[in-house]
Amino acid sequence: MFPDQFLFGVEVLLNGLMAGVLYALVALGFVLIFKASGIFNYAQGVMALFAALTLVGIMDGQVPFSHLINAIFGMDVHHFGWHVPAFAAILLAMMVMVGLAWIVQYFIFRHLVGQEPIILFMATIGLAYFMEGFGDMMWGSEIKKLDVGIPQGGSFWIEEATAFLGGSNFYGFFIDQLDIVAAVVAIILVVLLVAFAQYTKQGRAMRAVADDHQAALSVGISLSFIWVLVWSLAGFVALVAGIMWGAKSGVQFSLSLIALKALPVLMLGGFTSIPGAIVGGLIVGVGEKLFEFLIGAPFLGGATENWFAYMLALVFLVFRPQGLFGEKIIERV
Amino acid sequence: MLYRESGDFSETYKADSQTFPIKFDRYRYYAVLAFAFLVIPFIINDYWANAVLVPFLIYAIAAIGLNILTGYCGQVSLGTGGFMAVGAYACYKLMTAFPDVSIMIHVLISGGITAAVVTLFGLPSLRIKGFYLAVATLAAQFFLVWLFNRVAWFYNYSASGQINAPDRTVFGYLVTGPNTEAWAKYLICLIFLTFTGIAARNMTRGALGRKWSSIRDMDIAAEIIGVNPLSAKLSAFAISGFFIGISGALFFSVYLGAAEVGEAFGIQKSFLVLFMIIIGGLGSIFGSFAGAAFMVLLPVFLKNVLVGGLGWDTALAAHLEFVIVGALIIVFLIAEPHGLAQLWRVAKEKLRLWPFPH
Repeated sequence: MFPDQFLFGVEVLLNGLMAGVLYALVALGFVLIFKASGIFNYAQGVMALFAALTLVGIMDGQVPFSHLINAIFGMDVHHFGWHVPAFAAILLAMMVMVGLAWIVQYFIFRHLVGQEPIILFMATIGLAYFMEGFGDMMWGSEIKKLDVGIPQGGSFWIEEATAFLGGSNFYGFFIDQLDIVAAVVAIILVVLLVAFAQYTKQGRAMRAVADDHQAALSVGISLSFIWVLVWSLAGFVALVAGIMWGAKSGVQFSLSLIALKALPVLMLGGFTSIPGAIVGGLIVGVGEKLFEFLIGAPFLGGATENWFAYMLALVFLVFRPQGLFGEKIIERV
Repeated sequence: MLYRESGDFSETYKADSQTFPIKFDRYRYYAVLAFAFLVIPFIINDYWANAVLVPFLIYAIAAIGLNILTGYCGQVSLGTGGFMAVGAYACYKLMTAFPDVSIMIHVLISGGITAAVVTLFGLPSLRIKGFYLAVATLAAQFFLVWLFNRVAWFYNYSASGQINAPDRTVFGYLVTGPNTEAWAKYLICLIFLTFTGIAARNMTRGALGRKWSSIRDMDIAAEIIGVNPLSAKLSAFAISGFFIGISGALFFSVYLGAAEVGEAFGIQKSFLVLFMIIIGGLGSIFGSFAGAAFMVLLPVFLKNVLVGGLGWDTALAAHLEFVIVGALIIVFLIAEPHGLAQLWRVAKEKLRLWPFPH
């Protein structure tokens, strides 16, 4: 038997871990693009939003740009009237994300090769704005429900299995099933990505590009292909993150703000490390939940989750500027 | 034909190194100043003041501030909204605590307070660089907004959590509060902008500006040739913070009158000001003006054309605005990284030769 306060703390910790997995999922997309092209993709969160919007739109058979068409031609179209099964819709949404990757590469970043990283960063902020407006124009901006068949609600099994730990007013740990699914998916995704990068030809080419652009070019690796590939992978990760977050809290604008949560994750873990993204995500998830539970809610008036991760990252960076797992920064004149 | 330097002889060093060495430029500058001070206040109405001119003037101050930090010193900041909030809340606290002191002094002190806060958040810049720093400034943005939201002392324990600007006068004329005349709002912002612009222009072309530019271009090399990165970076943060604080104070007290921190000074504001300097031109004072004007006019223009002219939905027009702004950012970064200011420079270059081709 443990005191209740301790058990609630453990529950907060577990939920923090689950939230951390979701942060890590978004951070992963950042790391992929950053490693291969040196672009710090601010638009990752909006990509997740866009992917989720597209998925919902395809599943419900929405007419793309219906508001725009209605406004220009004075028509009144909304839906095609069919419903696409989740699996097919996910495949279609994936194809849209690949198309998007191609467009982004050919119309934007091909023209910005060799620019300073900070210029590329600002270009992705522009991209984020563009996609935000574009996604809303295409699919409408109302909050949508995304249901691809993931179980939701608290897991009774875990609640019952852990109820014996506490006293009479402890009913076991509450953990959302969705979070468990998300964690499993995230682990599978990471294993797949690592395997892809380590054992396939394209994966090796990707790592070569990440190491040295010019050397990769000289052994015959097509840079533009690799970049499209990487953006597609990031689109895929965005789609998975979009499905998880969308199923959790509905597909809406605030989905794109999870990208902002992923930034401190990256700063903690280092921009170039996939394990770093995972560990950083977990630290941020657990840290902010525990901080809110132990210090934020009782003493600071709550809602400290908005900034805790940033402050943690900021303080951390002052002591270790490259992050936990980042490559050592060497500067030359 | 008119825009020539021939026949324009500088007889002293002072005349040679003035801000506008070409006569035509100089007279154009005086003409613009005279028009802004002597003509517009008499013809301005409420719509123009509230929709276009006052936001333009205030954002121009903020853009100059951010341009000093990002455009000249190369330290990207995404915390502008939060820093403007510092100015706004400092101004509010001062206005309510010392009602007898002139609002002009309050605004200046708010700038000073903001400068101190921004310098504090600029300290990590000595260790971290580039987008690590950009993300670090996001910490400031979220923390400050949270702070002003949660700590009741900052909004004087008002029930709504809002801050409301009380009525204050300058020389007997009302400049804040709901009953302010359009021309008074306009003039007070214009006065601050004029001094900000002149100060920024002279700082950036002097020794301080050279130091900032060298830090931006390559900080290690700058350090080796004897620029102290500590003082150069922190002075950029402080001066930038001072201007941003002034703009935040004016934005709240003169323009909005009542503000809620998350809505008025959220992350969107940070991006808006960043977009102003990207589109206007990084590292150019004129660019700050051009970018501010552009970003203020674009929504007004789109709203008038799409909602007023074509009868579209407001939400749809807002989405299209996002698309256009995003696309413009990308287009400018690809085609003209130096922004509207560079287009202006090219136009002037062409004018010098016109009508001859070479």
